[in-house]
Amino acid sequence: MTTTVAILVDGAVYASWLFLVALGLTLTFGVMKILNIAHGSFYAIGAYAAASAVGAYVQAGLSPAGGYLVMAGAAAIAGVVVGYGLERGLLRFMYGRDAVLVLLVTYAVFLILDDVMLLIWGANPYIAYQPDMLLGTSTVFTLPYPNYDLSLIAVAAVIGSGLWWALSRTRRGKMLLTVIHDREMSTFLGIDVAKVFTVTFTLGAVLGALGGALTAPIISVQPGIGAEVIVLAFAVVVIGGMGSIVGAAVGSLAAGFAHAAAVHLFPQAELFVIYALMSLVLIVRPQGLFGQAQPRKI
Amino acid sequence: MTALLDVRDLHKHFGALAAVAGVSVAVAEREVVGVIGSNGAGKTTFVNMVTGYLPPSRGTITFRGRDITGRPPRQVTGLGIARSFQVPQVFASASVLDNLLVAIGIAEEGRLPIWTPLRRRQRVARALATLESYGIAGYASQPASLLPQGVRKLLDIAMATVRGPELLLLDEPTSGISVGEKFAIMDTIMAALRAQRTTVLFIEHDMEIVDRYAERVIAFADGVIIADGPPQAVIDDPEVRRLVVGERVKVAE
Amino acid sequence: MSRDRTLPGLAVATLVLLGVAAAAPGWMVFTLVVSLAQGLVVLGLMVLWRAGLMSFGQSLYYAVGGYTVGLINIQFGLSNALLLVLAAPAVAGLLAFLLGFLLARYRDIFFSMLTLAFAMILYGVLVKSSTLGSTDGFSILTPSFLGPHPGPDATQRLLTGLAALIALLAAALVHRYLKSTAGHLATAIRDNEIRVEYLGYSVHRAIHVKYVLAGILAGAGGAIVAMAIGHIDPEMAYWTTAGEFVFVAILAGAGSVAAPFLGAILFVVLRTYAAQYTPHLWHMVLGGTLLLFIVFLPDGVWSLFERACRPLKRRAPS
Ligand SMILES: Nc1ncnc2c1ncn2[C@@H]1O[C@H](COP(=O)(O)OP(=O)(O)OP(=O)(O)O)[C@@H](O)[C@H]1O
Ligand SMILES: [Mg+2]
Repeated sequence: MTTTVAILVDGAVYASWLFLVALGLTLTFGVMKILNIAHGSFYAIGAYAAASAVGAYVQAGLSPAGGYLVMAGAAAIAGVVVGYGLERGLLRFMYGRDAVLVLLVTYAVFLILDDVMLLIWGANPYIAYQPDMLLGTSTVFTLPYPNYDLSLIAVAAVIGSGLWWALSRTRRGKMLLTVIHDREMSTFLGIDVAKVFTVTFTLGAVLGALGGALTAPIISVQPGIGAEVIVLAFAVVVIGGMGSIVGAAVGSLAAGFAHAAAVHLFPQAELFVIYALMSLVLIVRPQGLFGQAQPRKI
Repeated sequence: MTALLDVRDLHKHFGALAAVAGVSVAVAEREVVGVIGSNGAGKTTFVNMVTGYLPPSRGTITFRGRDITGRPPRQVTGLGIARSFQVPQVFASASVLDNLLVAIGIAEEGRLPIWTPLRRRQRVARALATLESYGIAGYASQPASLLPQGVRKLLDIAMATVRGPELLLLDEPTSGISVGEKFAIMDTIMAALRAQRTTVLFIEHDMEIVDRYAERVIAFADGVIIADGPPQAVIDDPEVRRLVVGERVKVAE
Repeated sequence: MSRDRTLPGLAVATLVLLGVAAAAPGWMVFTLVVSLAQGLVVLGLMVLWRAGLMSFGQSLYYAVGGYTVGLINIQFGLSNALLLVLAAPAVAGLLAFLLGFLLARYRDIFFSMLTLAFAMILYGVLVKSSTLGSTDGFSILTPSFLGPHPGPDATQRLLTGLAALIALLAAALVHRYLKSTAGHLATAIRDNEIRVEYLGYSVHRAIHVKYVLAGILAGAGGAIVAMAIGHIDPEMAYWTTAGEFVFVAILAGAGSVAAPFLGAILFVVLRTYAAQYTPHLWHMVLGGTLLLFIVFLPDGVWSLFERACRPLKRRAPS
């Protein structure tokens, strides 16, 4: 019983975290057909920005509740600066080039940002536990859980459904979907694709940074945290189907519960269960659960 | 005489659209069949199904008495059916010669062609001879991406024929070619194919071409065959006139 | 058509390398053997890259090669270098053969990221298996050759000589392969898969063969590095290791089978200078170089080398 509860709660928490991290990646891919390895850097930058901002805020002795806003704000600003700068300064010159080359470009950016972070924040870990501490813990069926972890579930749900609503219910969102489905048609309709790309990429970066910021209180923020996250996020996105937000949600849930089950039942598999799940999904459905296969017309 | 190709009740649906809606047709050995039909009538879809690129929604395709429905293109090719494409499918970054050499290399070697060099002397000679018979040997060293449309079409057809197919399906061999050149190019193609005794089914919009080269004409409209018979009879058929040919077109006698 | 001088060139280069292995200072010999191992891995990457496929997971086979050596050490107590350097690629090739059935269905970024995911699976397994030393890995027996043990310095030199010969053999065989019909299918697949299928050849099979080839070569590289360093750990499988191979592949270019080895040697030079002048900015140097190459020299340093050689050829009597 306790194990089942643990798997369910842990799974939900982990799934929420995965979703927050994967959302930006799938958005960028869906709209721009760019798989952005530097998304891992956005995550790390968000975590650093949040951790150092919270640290400064706490030092200043201001009301602790405001720390959450500071955390999110710092990440959002970092995301906008880095995302906008990258898209305008580099990526837009790569549009139309071979997808793998663009992938390599984002890999190069990932490497460069690694050291930029090292220059800014140094090699020592940052620990910003206060936002986590502040919320205390609750007991779920005899098991203690930090409220911070539980609230991640709510945050993920809010951000996810907010994005989904914005895309499918607002005029601008529908414009974005047009760009996703039919590039030619969108130019024809007078949609400024270049602008849509800039906005999308920046938004993706902010989402990545936010994912990092929300994670910062529960990990020690140090060099290298972006490297694993990007691969995990990719796996989640592939399980759900590249470019689909609903897919990312379902992929996160599947991966989250699989991971939690492995941790509690078969710890040897903890580190690879998500990749194994991904391979399994791909064997059965190469385009992912919610992806659409598109054969070429001849 | 039994049919070389026998298609029964073939259907293809794309969502709600029935691109091909119940086509039955038999083609005899050594026949030269022209296929006409307005844009979107389902001609290319028909060829795509016969050659295995698209699985039919319903119906069967028999070749030399063997059911080949749903087999992928490479198997269909191996059985002796080849096709050319409405939009030529060539290896754009390779030279014309290399395009043909790859085609011949695949045809000549087995499952693992990893040892014999592609540019063996005899093979190059054979490739050049083939290019010669299509009148494009002068382009041998040019990259395929830079070819004029007509030459590209001929290369596409030449690549399709290296295995000496029994049945060749040509999808609009003269589209995109200037009116002045059309007949010369069709003459070249047909001469090369006649030498190989190939059965031909070609899709064509130009009624003069159809009338000159086809022994039999099939007219498609909205995914079904509306007429099938000798060229002049089909072209003069009132239904075909209304749906396919259009009143303004008069075939030159 | 100009004469193909690859094979004589490779033979001369191998003689030079054997000379280095025999007479150069120890650190240089060590650098060389590591570069040769890396060059072998990148040679495999090049075979894939010519077909437009970039594996971000060659670390998988690299690690399998290394751990095969380790496991044979432990299980059978065998340390014969020749045996190990044959066994490792065999195991890696077998694994590549199995995974190839799945991977041959994928293209561009999907291929890249899937290969990466498989490498991460192995990494996850290795980190969690205490019998294989978990994160610390374990030590490799000093490789032995036929005859009595010659001492550490001579062992390293012998191993380097062996690596040079293997590199020669691999480069010559891959060269032959690239000139075959299957080799030319690389461009064909990048240009137009549908046409390849309509010519009667299975694109999956063509890619599968390339993938197995790349796996075999990475396995050989991993085995050589394991014996040269004398230690293996899960980092060998981590995707950032694979990223280094990708880096070298882009740096080198796909113009010749010699390019990967040239690239691997340049990589070492770059790393040495970076360590000297910007000790903490290695990743930035890597990323910056990669960007510069993608933008300004997409065909790699080999294209420079070719350009430099061309006037020579023209001058030579034909
Ligand atoms: N892969 C596909 N997916 C969806 N619809 C398709 C596909 N291929 C063809 N169609 C549709 O099926 C119908 C028949 O197309 P087809 O290409 O067979 O026509 P066609 O007779 O060759 O016309 P044309 O003379 O213009 O080449 C068209 O409405 C086309 O849009
Ligand atoms: Mg058509």
